[in-house]
Amino acid sequence: MDSQIKGVSTGTTILAVTFNGGVIIGSDSRASIGGNYVSSKTINKLIQVHDRIFCCIAGSLADAQAVTKAAKFQISFHSIQMESPPLVKAAASVLKELCYNNKEELQAGFITAGWDRKKGPQVYTVALGGMLLSQPFTIGGSGSTYIYGYADAKYKPDMSREECLQFATNALALAMGRDNVSGGVAHLVVITEEGVEHVVIPGDKLPKFHDE
Amino acid sequence: MALSNVVETPASGFNFENVCRNVALEGLLQGGQTKAPKPMKTGTTIAGVLCKNGVVLGADTRATSGEVVADKMCAKIHYISPNIYCCGAGTAADTEKTTDLLSSNLTIFSMNSGRNPRVVMAVNILQDMLFRYRGQIGASLILGGVDCTGNHLYKVGPYGSIDNVPYLAMGSGDLAALGILEDRFKADMEMEEAKELVRDAIHSGIMSDLGSGNNIDICVITKQGVDYIRPYQESEYKDKRQRRYKYRPGTTSILTEKIVPLELEVVQETVQRMDTA
Repeated sequence: MDSQIKGVSTGTTILAVTFNGGVIIGSDSRASIGGNYVSSKTINKLIQVHDRIFCCIAGSLADAQAVTKAAKFQISFHSIQMESPPLVKAAASVLKELCYNNKEELQAGFITAGWDRKKGPQVYTVALGGMLLSQPFTIGGSGSTYIYGYADAKYKPDMSREECLQFATNALALAMGRDNVSGGVAHLVVITEEGVEHVVIPGDKLPKFHDE
Repeated sequence: MALSNVVETPASGFNFENVCRNVALEGLLQGGQTKAPKPMKTGTTIAGVLCKNGVVLGADTRATSGEVVADKMCAKIHYISPNIYCCGAGTAADTEKTTDLLSSNLTIFSMNSGRNPRVVMAVNILQDMLFRYRGQIGASLILGGVDCTGNHLYKVGPYGSIDNVPYLAMGSGDLAALGILEDRFKADMEMEEAKELVRDAIHSGIMSDLGSGNNIDICVITKQGVDYIRPYQESEYKDKRQRRYKYRPGTTSILTEKIVPLELEVVQETVQRMDTA
């Protein structure tokens, strides 16, 4: 990644994919400094901002953690005022406002995914400058460039939970295999109406693609 | 690790610019008799490890100011609260003041709420402050403590990023210390084993890094209390003083004495009764 990020950066692979009844959000777990030192092999990039809404972070770790902290508070407050769980779109908008209004100072991008009563499973991208986009699935981070082909070819709408899990795992494994600033373990979170389930796949248990 | 040059993303491969410069300098100064200047480093090795019953923090005790060791017995493990201690690397003044501020804030919080502070609260306060200053405060901190939710060890970067880890090392000697920790760390170690591991990690930093040295301090935090062992191990390379540097009274002889009395005139006198009822 060419961006001159000061301090710890999450050169990363993040993704979120909707399936029939829910959404899977996933990331790698590597944090680097300067593109050649891995400062953490086990960083958490999947931040829970509400009961059924998760965010994954890319870019400067300090910026992303600060933004998600503020967003978590604002979403929580909004939910209390409305006396109902927040919409995924509302959560994504909160992040978008923070990113857009502070675009000069911040260097962080997000993928927000979750489930709400109104529209079911949804995925939103908030890019570096504050653009907000809704998509059925999305990939992000430096490692995503290596899996655009795979994602576009292999994604099907209305997949089952198992198919979607396999798709997300494969995508992460492929990206981590080619991108030097992505790696570590694969974190996946499955969000449905019933609840939230964490799946952690250690690096050596990831699917192998012509690795020796 | 010299984080400052890594943040600037140096070009890949080896950079021999300084070699050319040194050769040019040596030629210029006194026809090759003066050697090129030695590399300057400011450094520290600090480490922390989570063990079965608590947290073990360790640090070296050298504070450098350019090429001179400014303090051979400086304390790098700072008190935050009775159950939380913090090791600091980076700019000494920044780590000192930041941890002081944090400690004061947590004490006020304790008094107001009647609760012991949690490690996660200390970490959040640090993160907010360091992020607000956008990296201008050069403080890389290892926060360790035991509270009602368990044993915790956190890494706080100068830009305000935090990470919850079972073991870590920071400072210019971190790569050397990390080697030892990566090799021998196991989850749920016994206390004595963890102390030895941290000692070995700091020792490795002292041996391999110019900016770290002198003694090793260890701080053990458990539910029962804190054992701040300073020093845990003294440096084997302490020099013995050749002479005494104290001068006994009478060393300097008094040659002449002149006494000039100060003449004071009482201009006004007022008496105010103090009501001490």
